[in-house]
Amino acid sequence: MTIASKAVDPRQLKNKLAQYLITLGGISVLFTLVLIFLYLLYVIKPIFESAHIEEIQAIEVSTSDKVLMSGLDELKEVAYQLTEKGEIVFYQLSDSVFRDTGSILLNQKVAENKLTLAVDGNRGIKVVADVEGQVKAFSPKFVASYLVKGRDISPKITFPLGEEAIMVDEQGVALQKLAFAMDDEKAIFIGFTEDKRLIKTTLVAEDDFSYDPAYEAIYQEIDFSAKKVNEVLISPDLSIAFVRSNNQIAIFDMTDEYSVDLKTTITAQRPSQNYTSMALLSGGSSILIGDSNGQVSQWFEVATPQGRQFKEVRTFAVSEFEAVSHIYTEQFRKSFYTMTKSGEMGVFYTTSEADLWRGEISESLPKTFAIAPRADGLLINDGSQLKLFSVENEHPEVTWGALWQEVWYEGYPEPDYIWQSTSGSDDFEAKFSLVPISFGTIKAALYAMLFAVPIALSAAIYTAYFMPSSLRKKVKPTIELMEALPTVILGFLAGLWLAPIIENYLPGVFMLLVFLPLMTFVIAFAWHNLPKKIKSALPESWAPVILIPFILFAGYAAFALSPVIETAFFGGDIRQYITNEMGINFDQRNALVVGIAMGFAVIPTIFSMAEDAIFSVPKHLTSGSLALGATPWQTLIKVVLLTASPGIFSAVMMGLGRAVGETMIVLMATGNTPIVDWSIFQGMRTLAANIAVEMPESEVGSSHYRILFLAAFVLFVFTFVFNTLAEFVRQRLREKYSSL
Amino acid sequence: MKNWFKTGSPWVWLSAGGVTVSLISVLGLLWLIASRGLSYFWPAQIHQFNMVDEFGKNSVVIGEIYERERIPVEQLSHMNLSLKSGQETVERFLVKTGNRELVSLDFRWLLGTEITSTSLPEDVVVVERRTHGNFYGFIDELILDGKSVDVSRLPELIERVTDFQEEIEELQKVDIGAINYQLERLRLKERRYELEDKLTAERKAEIDQETTKYQQQYAELEKNLLALRKEVARDQLVMRAMDGQIVTVNFEHILKVTFNNQLGFFSKLGVFFEQLSSFIVDDPREANTEGGVFPAIFGTVLMVLLMTVIVSPFGVVAAIYLHEYAGKNAFTKLLRIAVINLAGVPSIVYGVFGLGFFVYMVGGSLDQIFYPETLPSPTFGTPGVLWSAITLAILTLPVVIVSTEEGLSRIPASMRHGSLALGATKAETLWRIILPIASPAIMTGIILAIARAAGEVAPLMLVGVVKMAPTLPLDGNFPFLHLDRKFMHLGFHIYDVGFQSPNVEAARPLVYATALLLVTIIVALNMSAVSIRNKLREKYKALEH
Repeated sequence: MTIASKAVDPRQLKNKLAQYLITLGGISVLFTLVLIFLYLLYVIKPIFESAHIEEIQAIEVSTSDKVLMSGLDELKEVAYQLTEKGEIVFYQLSDSVFRDTGSILLNQKVAENKLTLAVDGNRGIKVVADVEGQVKAFSPKFVASYLVKGRDISPKITFPLGEEAIMVDEQGVALQKLAFAMDDEKAIFIGFTEDKRLIKTTLVAEDDFSYDPAYEAIYQEIDFSAKKVNEVLISPDLSIAFVRSNNQIAIFDMTDEYSVDLKTTITAQRPSQNYTSMALLSGGSSILIGDSNGQVSQWFEVATPQGRQFKEVRTFAVSEFEAVSHIYTEQFRKSFYTMTKSGEMGVFYTTSEADLWRGEISESLPKTFAIAPRADGLLINDGSQLKLFSVENEHPEVTWGALWQEVWYEGYPEPDYIWQSTSGSDDFEAKFSLVPISFGTIKAALYAMLFAVPIALSAAIYTAYFMPSSLRKKVKPTIELMEALPTVILGFLAGLWLAPIIENYLPGVFMLLVFLPLMTFVIAFAWHNLPKKIKSALPESWAPVILIPFILFAGYAAFALSPVIETAFFGGDIRQYITNEMGINFDQRNALVVGIAMGFAVIPTIFSMAEDAIFSVPKHLTSGSLALGATPWQTLIKVVLLTASPGIFSAVMMGLGRAVGETMIVLMATGNTPIVDWSIFQGMRTLAANIAVEMPESEVGSSHYRILFLAAFVLFVFTFVFNTLAEFVRQRLREKYSSL
Repeated sequence: MKNWFKTGSPWVWLSAGGVTVSLISVLGLLWLIASRGLSYFWPAQIHQFNMVDEFGKNSVVIGEIYERERIPVEQLSHMNLSLKSGQETVERFLVKTGNRELVSLDFRWLLGTEITSTSLPEDVVVVERRTHGNFYGFIDELILDGKSVDVSRLPELIERVTDFQEEIEELQKVDIGAINYQLERLRLKERRYELEDKLTAERKAEIDQETTKYQQQYAELEKNLLALRKEVARDQLVMRAMDGQIVTVNFEHILKVTFNNQLGFFSKLGVFFEQLSSFIVDDPREANTEGGVFPAIFGTVLMVLLMTVIVSPFGVVAAIYLHEYAGKNAFTKLLRIAVINLAGVPSIVYGVFGLGFFVYMVGGSLDQIFYPETLPSPTFGTPGVLWSAITLAILTLPVVIVSTEEGLSRIPASMRHGSLALGATKAETLWRIILPIASPAIMTGIILAIARAAGEVAPLMLVGVVKMAPTLPLDGNFPFLHLDRKFMHLGFHIYDVGFQSPNVEAARPLVYATALLLVTIIVALNMSAVSIRNKLREKYKALEH
């Protein structure tokens, strides 16, 4: 024997190295799981964050003139403001290689006379009115040019209705209040004149406003008695006008070109409630009303038995002490900002009822307030400075409540659970309720389990306990082979082969439920009464094989009798019968199809694990029971199943986990309609299928994208719980068996 | 009877019924796929139906019978049918009539009651075409370069056209494809120099020169292509359809002309194998509803191979750690729970993770660092075959781990002790003794992983699979293996053709055939894995004694 030398033995080095590498490899498995978990969380996290607002820039713009309006470009690089002299000045707002921050890019006069009014219309158009009642519509435009040194933005002003002043009032009286909205064919002004008339002026395009500003004006006077008007608004689709005079909001229907009819009036009703402001939410179907109690209420039209009526849908407590003096709404989202006299600001989102931000951004009510076009910034004029605030508010539409509780969406008669993530139009209210798709997941899984558990467990019991081992060696791998079948094939067969069969032979399918057990009992009884000799040649342990032809025959009989039953009891067409007589909707791809198809996918999982659990029940337990005179069936029920019950439980859990996460079968065998309905004849949409359908089309980083990640996370957690529970139970059971 | 119930025997039989139903459903499913899939290749009889409809109008329908079913009379009560008294059901046929230029749908339902007679005309032919599907009818005339010739020259002319078509395909795919690839590379090279501010006049001239060279080559090839196209379009076949209309089918569209009703059993068998092989080696046609599935097979195999390369070392190493190194502590338990959970997490979750983490995060960063010249169009920051392989590798990791560990646990401890007692280190014992003995178990694991990956579709829909890939991820252009490309997959092909194609009815047989192919591969893989495992078990048993 030699004594190990002190020098490093390369063999030992290799040994150590191998040990570290292998340990690393082992840990990497855990690392992967944790990585998936953390990454999903990392993507989901932003949707539950509230808004952040921060001042990032301020430039000196002090002027002795009254400032009427301000605004900024999409990239928040250039800001402008409009003074009562009719001058619009563009300032460089952020650092640029071309000029200093705060320098003036353009100074242009848009009107000759002193201005009294400046209001925002739709399509980014601003409207100004002067002391003589002349009105002009203009639109600030920003042109970005990409040069070698960087990006340069140059502003300009366009006049979509021509540079000529427009006489909104036929009689030429100056205006107190004004509202404006237009589309390609016409532009509508609603104004309240100094002599207390409410007028509507429609400019009808001679051709199309998108390329030709020529128009013809139609003047109308609206029947209106109030002597004071605080605010006027027009919905962007030009169909409704809102006129607030103190505590009354008159809503006019403008769909008829020749007469403007009063549709309804909203009046303040709560004690000590005075209306103080109003605004149209993006999309124009909701109106927000601020009051003296510091509350903002959202109203929209709801279908009622008496027709469509405006209803108060929800309220937001905006301020505890002060009246809501202004409400500002975003252009594309359902967010709004509120402002009180003392400069207290709040940011809210209607659909999700999210209270996103509260605080002060200026010491008093700012002179002007503008939301950046991409809703990622605010620009205010506090008297001497233009201040730019960055707004981080990417996902206001998602809150825990919006995902899991009933939400009253615009245009719906009542609060509901709805999943509808996208639509063709821009001002669409996204409906992100996870309830219908979670419900669909549970429904699909339950129907599958309803089908799979009885078959899988009875098969497992027989295979493990009654079957001779020669047969078991063949039967078990055959059933387990089904687990290897790609689910895409099961789904395809379910959708294209099984669904039409079930539709055509519906009575047959239900008859199978009776025929198969009945046939089994009949054969069992027949076998029982066979002479001993034949019995020993055809032992009971071969029952599954004996049964094959008879079960096939029973199946054939059920289907052959199906048209007969259909004719006899359901008037020849059971689909018609179900739809008309029973009043149940019938989808071709329904829960029954999914239950059967996914049941097949789950059977081998449950079968294999339950069979293992039953088979490994120690033999001396059963021998003892049998020796004491119990029948094999009694032994099975009282001893074997009881002992193996944790294993069976864990098998069912595993099966459930698989059914919950299964994608392709549900994708192909259901209509993928996200409805909440337990009916066996209706389809569903599951979390997994929803991800598969919508993920490829969702924009990276959008709320929709993150909610789909959340759906994946829910699936992950769900299956994690089931699997861990099942594994835990199984480990306990293994220890128990080894101690027996 | 009561006693009989007391013995519990009926319940035993009932549980036996569970086994029977499971067995019937497994075997029935396989049989269903096999019969439907194989019948796709078998040349069908072309029937001629003489029909009289409810208004007494006569018509002739020629086509293959796809399906027949019986329906209750009540469902047809709105029609004025002449029925025998007491008749409760009516037979209905789904017939493929082809001839898409004459009728809008190439399938139609015929009612048994309207058929007056059926025959199998000898001279009816099926013309398989590159576009517009099959044409069924009778040959009227064969035109060679504007002149009518005898029909017996048909096979010769078709062979000629087929040769030319092959040449055209070679030219388009290989030669012109290569030139386009080179031109794109030159463009990117120039852009890269530009970005790095290294585009000197010299380099620019060099690139321009090369570009012109390729463009000249391209022009020449295009000339050849046009000449070939002209050759292909030389001849025509004049056909008479079922309703007597005359249709001229240009030879450039013809793939094959068969007289199905004249074929004997053995010639049918010949056609069967011919169709089977062309299904495997041909490209798809007509928005995937006809032709072969070669790109899908290729994509599946390539992706699975890549996955195997990634998953095998990790899986084996993790299994070795769990079995040979890990102590009996809480961490090991945690690790086992992690393995079980990796196996139980729904596959779509892996897809979501793969898309977010690998494609957008890792791939996006790779693009920023290595491929700035192609931005904003992504190279690795978009779904592709590499990300699919990695995603599926994570998905199949537990399969390899579980199988390998099972193999390791069956190796008798005496073998390890022997090796260690002789002075080998643990690593040497592993490398020289344990791994060689466990290699069949590792093989089993890998085969099972391959089978799982080949059938998985849901995650691939997010991380790289497409319905139609213009180029394979492996071709003759340097660097030959294009890991960033998207690929086609058999499983996704089934979903796409079966559910997303415009003409589902026409595509259905092809879907069954594809499903059969996929099932065959997967069942074969699984059976071989199981048999290797069983052999291994017996070997170990022998070792123990």
